[in-house]
Amino acid sequence: MNVPEHGEALPATTSRVILSTADIDRALTRIAHEILESNKGTDDLIILGIARRGYPLAQRLAAKLEQTDESFDARSATGQLDITMYRDDLRRNPARTPQPTIIPDSGIDGRTVVLVDDVLFSGRTIRAALDALVDVGRPRIVRLAVLVDRGHRELPIRADHVGKNLPTSSQEKVRVLLRESDPGQREENHEDCVVIDAPVASDPDVARPGKAATS
Amino acid sequence: MSSFLISSVSPEGSDPVDLLIADGTIVAAGAPGSVAAPAGATVVDATGLIALPGLVDMHTHLRQPGHEDAETVETGTRAAAKGGYTAVCAMANSNPVADTAGVVEQVWQLGRDAGWADVHPVGAVTVGLEGKQLSEIRAMAESRARVRMFSDDGKCVHDPVLMRRALEYVKSFDGLVAQHAQEPRLTEGAQMNEGVVSAELGLTGWPAVAEEAIIARDVLLTRHVNSRLHICHLSTKGSVEIVRWAKERGINVTAEVTPHHLLLTEELVRTFDPVYKVNPPLRTNEDVMALRAAVVDGTVDVIGTDHAPHTLEDKESEWSCAAMGMTGLETALSVVQKTLVDTGMIDWATVAKIASRRPSEILGLPDQGGALEAGAAANITLWDPAGETPVNPQTHVSKGRNSPYRGMPLPGRVSATFYRGHPVVLDGQLTTPLPA
Amino acid sequence: MKHLLATADLSYADALSILDTADQMASVSSRSVKKLPALRGRTVVNLFFEDSTRTRISFETAAKRLSADVINFSAKGSSVSKGESLKDTAQTLMAMSADAVVIRHGASGAPQQLASSGWIDAAVVNAGDGKHEHPTQALLDAMTLRRVRARREDRPSTGMDLAGMHVVIVGDVLHSRVARSNVWLLHTLGARVTFVAPPTLLPVGMDQWPCEVSYDLDEVLAQRPDAVMMLRLQSERMNAAFFPSEQEYTRAWGLTPERVAALDATDAPTVIMHPGPMNRGLEISSEAADSPRSTVLAQVANGVSVRMAVLFLLLSGDESSPSLTDN
Repeated sequence: MNVPEHGEALPATTSRVILSTADIDRALTRIAHEILESNKGTDDLIILGIARRGYPLAQRLAAKLEQTDESFDARSATGQLDITMYRDDLRRNPARTPQPTIIPDSGIDGRTVVLVDDVLFSGRTIRAALDALVDVGRPRIVRLAVLVDRGHRELPIRADHVGKNLPTSSQEKVRVLLRESDPGQREENHEDCVVIDAPVASDPDVARPGKAATS
Repeated sequence: MSSFLISSVSPEGSDPVDLLIADGTIVAAGAPGSVAAPAGATVVDATGLIALPGLVDMHTHLRQPGHEDAETVETGTRAAAKGGYTAVCAMANSNPVADTAGVVEQVWQLGRDAGWADVHPVGAVTVGLEGKQLSEIRAMAESRARVRMFSDDGKCVHDPVLMRRALEYVKSFDGLVAQHAQEPRLTEGAQMNEGVVSAELGLTGWPAVAEEAIIARDVLLTRHVNSRLHICHLSTKGSVEIVRWAKERGINVTAEVTPHHLLLTEELVRTFDPVYKVNPPLRTNEDVMALRAAVVDGTVDVIGTDHAPHTLEDKESEWSCAAMGMTGLETALSVVQKTLVDTGMIDWATVAKIASRRPSEILGLPDQGGALEAGAAANITLWDPAGETPVNPQTHVSKGRNSPYRGMPLPGRVSATFYRGHPVVLDGQLTTPLPA
Repeated sequence: MKHLLATADLSYADALSILDTADQMASVSSRSVKKLPALRGRTVVNLFFEDSTRTRISFETAAKRLSADVINFSAKGSSVSKGESLKDTAQTLMAMSADAVVIRHGASGAPQQLASSGWIDAAVVNAGDGKHEHPTQALLDAMTLRRVRARREDRPSTGMDLAGMHVVIVGDVLHSRVARSNVWLLHTLGARVTFVAPPTLLPVGMDQWPCEVSYDLDEVLAQRPDAVMMLRLQSERMNAAFFPSEQEYTRAWGLTPERVAALDATDAPTVIMHPGPMNRGLEISSEAADSPRSTVLAQVANGVSVRMAVLFLLLSGDESSPSLTDN
């Protein structure tokens, strides 16, 4: 299967598509409904995507909310949060150029903020996002929506809305490819996709996606 | 005194001979195997080695008296012996300055006592090198040190009247004035060669014209008063052209070039490592090539090391605060081999000429720079031209560690130095000084 | 990038990365909470061998907005004429566990020596060395020019370079680290540079620099450049016979009210830049300094953003080891 890479290729891995374009769209639709339900409508709702891939997902979610509830203005209620400056591993990882933080003109004070990210893993990104949020304002409630939850949490953080729970081994890599953030040729039905890269293991019991890593 | 048979050595690069040394003199020379060694003679197998007349450096800073933390006559002449030198001229910029008979006699005596090489003090042209009043030149000439060469080296005798008087005055004993050619106003605060690199680095430039203008003036003065002029450390293409012009007209001028100006260029300053800070500064590649050509065509007469040891703290600082100068005695012949011999520009006979014979002639030294034949004083350097070793200044016997060749592979090594018949260096190692 | 020593060796990608990061830093300065935790627990030392309150305050503000601890170390007046103190000072800072050293020094090359000497392990930022370089000044000038262009073309500045912009730099190029840093960076970013100065204040050996040279300010201003940058004329030059008199200098190479009026008359797009502090009435008139064309205050503000970006980029990932844990 032709699965394009972003970043450098890992040596000796097998890649498998876990979610197709349609799967992703269905997951986002379901999340949008969950948000409406838990918020009892779209009042005071702000959708903040975490840079980079959380932002296009936030925009798609907002568009779905707008389809459902015409009083919701997707443009003015969506933003991007860059958390580069709030990471706890800056000493160890070279910084990427920060992305703009875009906060809706209304601000976030007293609002319900839904943070959106592509993959929930250690939880450290969300920890950083919560810190970043404090410097921007004081929301009434903060919720978390993620496309994929792959487990292996290192902090007491959980998502309120999950597109797909994906048990993985820690040796595996989960990549989300979106047409907005990851341009490039992909096969039909995979303009957007979620891919698992697993190391080719000599021991067949190790690192089988979706199976072995639950111990 | 013991005797030595140097077997199968190539004198100045020609066919091998045996040389027998006894009582400070070469007593016999002949085809290999033809010279009989007397009982008790030490045989030195010199197969593959080149014999040169002991090298003579017209330009050494021994730093004593006054800067004994940087070098002493003892350590400086050890370095000289290690580098194949049997005579060095000690520049006058000590503290006190060598501007009286007392100071030059002291330096001369220190050299005699050390016993590693002849030390010929250079007298200052002006009192305290201040360029205002002639020092007691004649008293220094008549002292036990018999000074013949006078220089304010480190500073330029820039007052044209003083320079004229000095040139005239030294005629009375066939002396000469060695000029450090540097127009002071054009080089105020100068840090490096003025050109492409100084423009980029924002370091105040030392323009070539500041050297060339003084040389042009001084060769004309020398012609006018019919005296003898020596130009220290020529460093620019333009200087070569002026000296060539003067020699074509019969002006009695001789010129010196340093090993570092034959090899290194201003590009090294981009490192801001003060080990490359020297006066005159490292110039461009075009200048380096012009200086090499000037050695070949005889415009440049001699190689002078301008050996300038400095303490670590004088060099370990910001570029603009660091002292100028580099060590050179222990690397000079390697650099000459690398830049002139290995490039096919000159042969070993010419090396003997520029590093020993011409300096001896200019200075009037009877026991130095002689032919390698029976009857000559046994000042001999045995040079092994094979192999390359990276320079490690920590192993130098000079006190100075400021060698610009640190880490650079340089060819050849001194195998032995015979100083007045005594091997002060044997098997590449210092032995003992000449017994008193 | 481990150190920022010169713009001469700054790549296009690194320059853009600094400017893009600086754009994001600028947005922090407009928030109510003007602070980021990125350098919490890190120590930045401002090591100033020359007085420069402006530059020091700019770096200090930048470091503090990133939550770093700042130590100001003014070495002026101590025994710097004998250079040993650079080494001793460096080792003192090392003992204080400085993570970054911002150094201003009167000797060209001092920051590079500090970075390559092995005396110190910290990131070194050149805050101006002798007549050599002042890279953060050139970066803040580039940031200012980029924002001028972004506003004019109504597109975001992030990712943009300066291709095709014409920048005129006027004055004492010979003694100016600002001019040197600017010529390399502006060239890297694609701008066209013209130096205008009396011939006595242009260095010998600059023929290979990527710039044009003119002695005629009016002729160059008539080309309607995008920016004219006036260099500060140091007072000690005035007595050193580089030009006959201040009046003659101002008439020929100063940005006089007449020259500003000429720009206005042709509706030229030219902005007026100055690295500060200005000698009003000498290289720049008050009319020029206070005109709507002036970007002097924007340059000061951008200085903080650029210095935040530099400190952030040098100090993030300085203990880097590959890690896959990035979600």
